[in-house]
Amino acid sequence: MKVLVAVKRVVDYNVKVRVKADNSGVDLANVKMSMNPFCEIAVEEAVRLKEKGIATEIIVVSIGPSTAQEQLRTALALGADRAILVESAEDLTSLAVAKLLKAVVDKEQPQLVILGKQAIDSDNNQTGQMLAALSCYGQGTFASKVEVSGDSVAVTREIDGGAQTVSLKLPAIVTTDLRLNEPRYASLPNIMKAKKKPLEVLTPDALGVSTASTNKTVKVEAPAARSAGIKVKSVAELVEKLKNEAKVI
Amino acid sequence: MTVLVIAEHDNKVLAPATLNTVAAAVKIGGDIHVLVAGQGAGAVAEAAAKIAGVAKVLLADNAAYAHQLPENVAPLVAELGKGYSHILAAATSNGKNILPRVAAQLDVDQISEIISVESADTFKRPIYAGNAIATVQSNAAVKVITVRATGFDPVAAEGGSAAVEAVAAAHDAGISSFVGEELAKSDRPELTAAKIVVSGGRGMQNGDNFKHLYALADKLSAAVGASRAAVDAGFVPNDLQVGQTGKIVAPQLYIAVGISGAIQHLAGMKDSKVIVAINKDEEAPIFQVADYGLVADLFEAVPELTGAL
Repeated sequence: MKVLVAVKRVVDYNVKVRVKADNSGVDLANVKMSMNPFCEIAVEEAVRLKEKGIATEIIVVSIGPSTAQEQLRTALALGADRAILVESAEDLTSLAVAKLLKAVVDKEQPQLVILGKQAIDSDNNQTGQMLAALSCYGQGTFASKVEVSGDSVAVTREIDGGAQTVSLKLPAIVTTDLRLNEPRYASLPNIMKAKKKPLEVLTPDALGVSTASTNKTVKVEAPAARSAGIKVKSVAELVEKLKNEAKVI
Repeated sequence: MTVLVIAEHDNKVLAPATLNTVAAAVKIGGDIHVLVAGQGAGAVAEAAAKIAGVAKVLLADNAAYAHQLPENVAPLVAELGKGYSHILAAATSNGKNILPRVAAQLDVDQISEIISVESADTFKRPIYAGNAIATVQSNAAVKVITVRATGFDPVAAEGGSAAVEAVAAAHDAGISSFVGEELAKSDRPELTAAKIVVSGGRGMQNGDNFKHLYALADKLSAAVGASRAAVDAGFVPNDLQVGQTGKIVAPQLYIAVGISGAIQHLAGMKDSKVIVAINKDEEAPIFQVADYGLVADLFEAVPELTGAL
């Protein structure tokens, strides 16, 4: 079974981002970039499926600037077989990304596509669902467990009140939640080997996809700052403040 | 201009998040219709008809919608939605699951987790774990939006008298099926709706120690939450997680116990009215957002606090 994994290059999750002074966006100059944490979990799940003998080939795809090749090489070092970069310097919306991924899915015909549930920059949580709609495939979002058997996949999903299990016909789309697995680290020999694995570069034009958007970001602001609080000395003082000053209990 | 709101429910009870979503629809303006898609969900439709400000309720009652599988519900919403200016759903696990599928079917971009309505086509939403607020404008014919419940005060659940209209359309894509579910049982208030939330982190050390928080929560009629560290360590189930990847809460009072305050956790609770932090590390980042901080051993402070209430 062929498995396609989508990965995104995002600002590292430990970075405290700053909004640009002109409110045009977030300042990403000279900031550490990494693979989106949910995408790491997606790569790990694909590699585990290969280790179990279920997946035969893992193709990793990223859509973004040429620097996203770093994240693709990371995925190759973790166990993906080959990579595809759809190069676009623009900031694409989830729908545009889903359309580009659909073109890659049509080309590669994977049985399973694994994505992260959301990217930690845009926090959209849309691309997997949109790709599923465009491909007319079933979707197993927020997955905490994935079991492939025959021509279907059982996905246990994290939902608001607990967990839900659905069964999807293959081919299908899965988006990963945090507790699906614990991603491994790339070893130095594997990082060296990854440099020799194939990486194909495509463009939206070559795939025949329009990335026009119905959304426009007007401005980006810093959130309202909380006014500085105080430190209390004792539980008694805390209770007194909550009762008489904040009046919340 | 007519707004379609997708009701959040379990076929028996209308979820409170629907009232916050209707509140966002009120701010957009125009007539408000509510869609209840489910099986045997007549009581939910009746409850939806009573929501103040709702003009019409559409009830799509069919076995295919029993568990609100997105493969079946999204085509229904996309078909009905073509006649609307906006389609809104709560940013719950259901809303997040279904709505992007609807947006793609309608070939429009979605706007996720809005926290305010600036005008009928312009909305604000947090990005980068709440470290920036983006103002987004949509020129889509149908604007597809999920609503962060904590951004909007709920409308009254009573006072409306909308007509309930049955929708015959039945979509069954036949590519997915429901196998089962396991719901956590709790007598305490629902986390996202609670006025007071008491949360524990890695500092709790083990699951058994959460009993101190449950005792405090019971005194305050509060819900109990947790940080990702506490969930990953197996202290509590994952539906208690507050943060960027868990639940977003904005209660009157949020008490963070043994939580360092990583940005991913702050993303889920920093809009709380009053934040209290109890932590023995006075350098913990949580103290930068806390209105009242207490540097103390939680195993002494929490029982003392429970006793003092």
